[in-house]
Amino acid sequence: MKAPAGITWVTLSKDLRLEWRSKDAINSMLFFSLLVVVVFSFSFDPSAEESRQIAGGLIWVAFLFAAVVALNQTWAREIRNQVLDAYRVSPAPANSLFIAKTLGNFIFVSVLEALMTPLFIAFYRLRALGPVWQLALVAALGTWALVVNGTFFAAMSLRTRSREIMLPLLLFPISIPAILAMVQSTTAILEGEGARFWIVLLATYDLVFTTVCLLLFETVLNAE
Amino acid sequence: MKKAFPILAVLTGFLLIYALYQALVAAPTEQTMGNVQRIFYYHVPSAWTAFILFFINFGASLAYLARRKAAADMVALTCAEVGIVFLTVNLVTGPIWARPVWGIWWTWDWRLTSTLIMWLIYVSYLMLRRFSSGGQTATMAAALAVLGALCIPFVYFSIWFFRTQHPQPVMGGGGSIDPRMLHALLINWLAFSCFAFLVCWSRYRLEKLQREVDQAHALESLLAPNRGIAQRSVR
Repeated sequence: MKAPAGITWVTLSKDLRLEWRSKDAINSMLFFSLLVVVVFSFSFDPSAEESRQIAGGLIWVAFLFAAVVALNQTWAREIRNQVLDAYRVSPAPANSLFIAKTLGNFIFVSVLEALMTPLFIAFYRLRALGPVWQLALVAALGTWALVVNGTFFAAMSLRTRSREIMLPLLLFPISIPAILAMVQSTTAILEGEGARFWIVLLATYDLVFTTVCLLLFETVLNAE
Repeated sequence: MKKAFPILAVLTGFLLIYALYQALVAAPTEQTMGNVQRIFYYHVPSAWTAFILFFINFGASLAYLARRKAAADMVALTCAEVGIVFLTVNLVTGPIWARPVWGIWWTWDWRLTSTLIMWLIYVSYLMLRRFSSGGQTATMAAALAVLGALCIPFVYFSIWFFRTQHPQPVMGGGGSIDPRMLHALLINWLAFSCFAFLVCWSRYRLEKLQREVDQAHALESLLAPNRGIAQRSVR
């Protein structure tokens, strides 16, 4: 039997390889967020000063919606050929699987963000007045907040009817504090104000929800 | 136990009538707002009652995750449902009061926003229960209830800085209140809590009966598969 970290690594590399060959999730996320950027740009047509105020909200709403696309596919793959059932009867720890799936989603959404951010900057003529490295920190913490809850709730919505619609219904209400922190900190950094409070709040949120998800995941995975 | 129900129902009825009298007649009219202020005797007690019910929901969900007793799950479900009703009363009476007093129906004030988010969280809890089927519902709902309850402190922290124009909290806040008003408020809260308890009780009994009926149906179709199918098609 492999060590828990080994199982995580095997699952993660399998997911990455699958994604690399099919590019299902990343393509649909990219196109989806591109559409959001274009539609928002038409609907608001902001000036440079205005876009600094609204960009934080727009970016994160676009990434949030796009992330749901990837999150919905997370477990769907494992349903085919009863892979998930096989996992449940195997002695492998459930949390290894959860960490692998969360890391996989984190990588997918981060790649999306890295590709979309230049486009945002160009379309909205953005120029940050505050320290840019803080934006990277906010992006990492915020993405983790979304994917850790998202992966958990995707495993939950898998067992419901109309699972595709169930995920956002569960994920969005609980993510509101995190989304608020991401949007507020991004706006604060773009406008050159301090964002320390928000970053600390986001880090605490990540810590608490990662812990609770890890504690509860096995229960949810094996729920009968 | 069953005999206690009608007695408690009658008592609650009298208490509600007395509380109505206290709120509409006995309590003095507020100086600046006038009679509009009297909605306060429904607005505040319904929020307190809802908070208590959500707290019980959290406790029951933890108990379910630890012990896996169906009773804990039924308590959690009942409290969430009734709690949402009371929080809805709070969210509806708020704007009715705000429109004449503030001149607006709604503002993104931190108390209003946090209450709305709490409402959204518990509605999503009920949605999950509605959309999932089978024995896993209870476990998943309990997990969601724990996450939702943990989210509430973050909601409060994340919006504490919002401008507030909501009146200061009655308990623990600054300002003073006429003792007769406080009396009317507390009587109403007591009446609302009794009423909530009564509704929870009958909802719990309904849920229990429903599950017994479901089990009986399942057992019947197991024992006599063909007859079970025939019955279902007739229905």
